Amino acid sequence: MYDYATGKLDWLAAGLPSEGSNASRPRAGDVARSDVPTCRMDESLGDVRERVGAAGWNACVVVNEEGVVLGLLRSKELGGDAAVRIEAAMRPGPSTFRPFVAVEEMAEYMIEHDLESAPVTTSDGRLVGLLRRSDAARTALELRQKEGGAG
Amino acid sequence: MPQEIDREELRMLVDQGAQLVEALPAKEYGEDRLPGAINLPLGRLGKEARDVLEPNRPVVVYCADSA
Repeated sequence: MYDYATGKLDWLAAGLPSEGSNASRPRAGDVARSDVPTCRMDESLGDVRERVGAAGWNACVVVNEEGVVLGLLRSKELGGDAAVRIEAAMRPGPSTFRPFVAVEEMAEYMIEHDLESAPVTTSDGRLVGLLRRSDAARTALELRQKEGGAG
Repeated sequence: MPQEIDREELRMLVDQGAQLVEALPAKEYGEDRLPGAINLPLGRLGKEARDVLEPNRPVVVYCADSA
């Protein structure tokens, strides 16, 4: 007999398929945008801002070589001095969220804590994508309308 | 004592035909479970395992996490 000691939460946190009544409900990992720009700590803010803006974003996730999240640049941080290195400009150690968290729960949390975006990561800190508050709120609203209509 | 395994070892064992058992209560099992897992809550595990599980295939048991 074997014991998968880290259990169901480890499996769900890795964004792997599951079964059950929650399986069809949208989760943070489903709605998070995996095409979010990323950068390294040793880049300059000016270079990163240009790249992020060209991609149509106002946020960038700072990662290391393994894709582990180290920091976050939201619109406020991106507006800083162009010569500053990302290491000094970023918001270090941002709160991250696991992919299995229900998107309604994320929407409520982001509104309550005034978060415009939130990095979604695996349990070992690797970036899955960036969840935007507008995406989370819209998805939660659509879900509520759909369930209200069905019930 | 069961042998502890990680996620990758779990996937390999399942590919090889292992039986997955979730030992959490039925409500939690109903909400989220690993694909193909059966439910044998801790209180029933000892009594029912022999009836439900095939003796010749490996068995992997899991809960929510190790806490």
